[in-house]
Amino acid sequence: MTRATESVLIENARLLDPASGFDGTGYLGLRAGRIDYCGREAPLAAYDETIEARGLWALPGAIDLCARLREPGATHKATMASETPAALAAGITALCLPPDTRPVIDNAAVVVRVNRIAKAAAGAYVYMLGALTRGLEGEALSEMSALKQAGCVGVSNALAPVASTRIARRALEYASSLGLTVHVVPLDASLAQGGCAHEGPVATRLGLPAIPVAAETVAMRLWISLVEDTGARVHFGRLSSARGVALLESARARGLPVSGDVAAHQLFLTEEAIDGFDAQAHVLPPLRSETDRQALREAVRTGLIEAICSDHQPHEADAKTNPFPLTEPGISALETLLPLTLRLVEEGLLTPLQAAQRLAHGPATVLGIPGGSLAVGQPADVALIDPQTPFTLAPERLRSSGRNTPFAGWRLRGRVVRVWCGTR
Amino acid sequence: MNAARPDPQLDAHGRLRHLLTVEGLPRELLIEILDRAESYAAAPGARREKLPLLHGKTVVNLFFEPSTRTRTTFELAAKRLSADVINLHVNASSTSKGETLLDTLKTLEAMGVDLFVVRHEASGAAHFFAAHAAPGVAILNAGDGCHAHPTQALLDMYTIRRHLGPRRDFSQLKAAIVGDILHSRVARSDIHALRTLGAREIRVVAPRPLMPAGIEALGVRVFHQLDAGLDGVEVVILLRLQKERMVGAFLPSTAEFHRDFGLTRERLERLAPGALIMHPGPINRGVEIEGDIAYGDPRSRILEQVEHGVAVRMAVMAMILGEPSRLDEDSQPAATPAARPRRAGRAAGAPAAPRRRRR
Repeated sequence: MTRATESVLIENARLLDPASGFDGTGYLGLRAGRIDYCGREAPLAAYDETIEARGLWALPGAIDLCARLREPGATHKATMASETPAALAAGITALCLPPDTRPVIDNAAVVVRVNRIAKAAAGAYVYMLGALTRGLEGEALSEMSALKQAGCVGVSNALAPVASTRIARRALEYASSLGLTVHVVPLDASLAQGGCAHEGPVATRLGLPAIPVAAETVAMRLWISLVEDTGARVHFGRLSSARGVALLESARARGLPVSGDVAAHQLFLTEEAIDGFDAQAHVLPPLRSETDRQALREAVRTGLIEAICSDHQPHEADAKTNPFPLTEPGISALETLLPLTLRLVEEGLLTPLQAAQRLAHGPATVLGIPGGSLAVGQPADVALIDPQTPFTLAPERLRSSGRNTPFAGWRLRGRVVRVWCGTR
Repeated sequence: MNAARPDPQLDAHGRLRHLLTVEGLPRELLIEILDRAESYAAAPGARREKLPLLHGKTVVNLFFEPSTRTRTTFELAAKRLSADVINLHVNASSTSKGETLLDTLKTLEAMGVDLFVVRHEASGAAHFFAAHAAPGVAILNAGDGCHAHPTQALLDMYTIRRHLGPRRDFSQLKAAIVGDILHSRVARSDIHALRTLGAREIRVVAPRPLMPAGIEALGVRVFHQLDAGLDGVEVVILLRLQKERMVGAFLPSTAEFHRDFGLTRERLERLAPGALIMHPGPINRGVEIEGDIAYGDPRSRILEQVEHGVAVRMAVMAMILGEPSRLDEDSQPAATPAARPRRAGRAAGAPAAPRRRRR
């Protein structure tokens, strides 16, 4: 959060550069919105400001592969002006907006409009996915070439179903001929219809309409079959199950151009979290079993899942004030993304460098954008964090307009001390 | 992180504050409800006199789903306890006016309601109302989605217990619950109640599309063949098959369901001698049960169940709104003679406490 013209030298921080694999104490210089120096020895050049950062970590700002900002279309929940600064303050320097805004991001005019609002909000940089089909209706291909020209970094049908396998195949072919990655949230619409909880003992005991694991795997198999046919690149977002992970692994082993991410909450919560009808834990895809959680964690550890995202969905209080099945799914998650990922480090699942990789470099690779690196010349997207001092998550103190979180009261670490958003 | 979630239906002294589900209620409390219901059951042919226990209390039957028999028995139960009763059937129209469930609750609460009897199509609705009710306002679940229907389970247990013999011991009991387990709040509540009361074996019998995943975790044995499921059981609880689920989506046809999962004369042979046949109603004749068994067979307790519904609902309402129950006699010193706890059996003629206990 500094003007691009300023220059800053961060001294004696633990530098984590997932792009180069560097992890060590050193100096990081930022100048004119770019990384200007990164090394163990002090640089010769002079800087406007020097920050003594012993005990802190400097890493590339997180790149969040899925954050809904509710604008345009649902500004009673949140706005760009509330959410992008909240993201930045939470160490997220860039995020990716899915196309299911209102209006849908299915033409260049909406892209321009969203860009304008995002710029005025002056927070994290906002990337966009364009709609795969017109109006997300699943029937006709969107003008993907125009969307790409306007700046969309990929295309997606978000949570809306594609009408037929034929349309899906054509959309995939078309996107791939433009070099666009298709982002898929694998959830078979008819198997997931009406469901609000993982099909298992907890949903059974609570009498909640269930979503079977097959909703994920059926959708994944369909898209993987089409990738086999077309060679198009598909990114599977928000994986939730062990069997989904296994499908991703086998597709990768066969050299198919597929990748995957997981929402941070899936690595910490299971179906047990909805017991007592806790609507804060109502998410889509649903929280699944402990076996699923462990498989997702293992895939994050090995790097099969190369990105952890927030799947941020801020809501007004009313959206969660209803009997469980009638509440809206989603968590206000920008401000828990970094602390939860750091908790994986604390628990010994990831090294600090791997955490930085899953938060920044992995997502940058998926989107094909700069960032996720401390190399000289890269945008100065840097978060300086305190990995030690614990804090208690208080929903009322979140910067996001959405106070909907199941992590209230959790003891977390990873407060952001300073953050810089560079020029792109 | 959720390990120590307190049970919202019990107060600090373990007394019934709301009745939302049978799950988690202690055995002693279930038995106390059944004992109290027994004290309210009218002897055959006796004149039914109103008890003054809930005089001055207001009970609202807040039904978001159509119901005749459950609503009627709740109304009767409340009236026999001298409460003022209001029946409200809320349909989609009020929600289309923009009023949320919370608004509905708060508006009615402001009119001075003491107890809401709530039925709603969403699982968890009763918990939702209980979480948002003002202190001192009680929620009684009359059915929430596929989750719970605790008073139905209690009246089922009451019916079973009457036939257990003098020791009233559930520990040798084998019971089978048959039909649409997936969508049944009655099945779930019966399973919890039977388990809590110590039944030896609880079976659930259904074709797989109507059997919820992981039901074994509730402590039941799963059967997909009715003949095997009925073998040697002392209690059969049949479930109603909703019309919209009969054809196509979950089952090929009602005829096929009846052939494979209907209780027929032939299948009665498999039951233990003196077995009971139960059904929460309303029955689909020729679907779950062969028509003439329902009222014609001496083993059928279907009408008895309806009758027991009133006494059981009286007991629950009296325990929630009335005097403190015997569980807290040790811990709660009586402030005034009127508020002195009384035993269930003697509570019948006693005047109601002037003000409900603080929650």
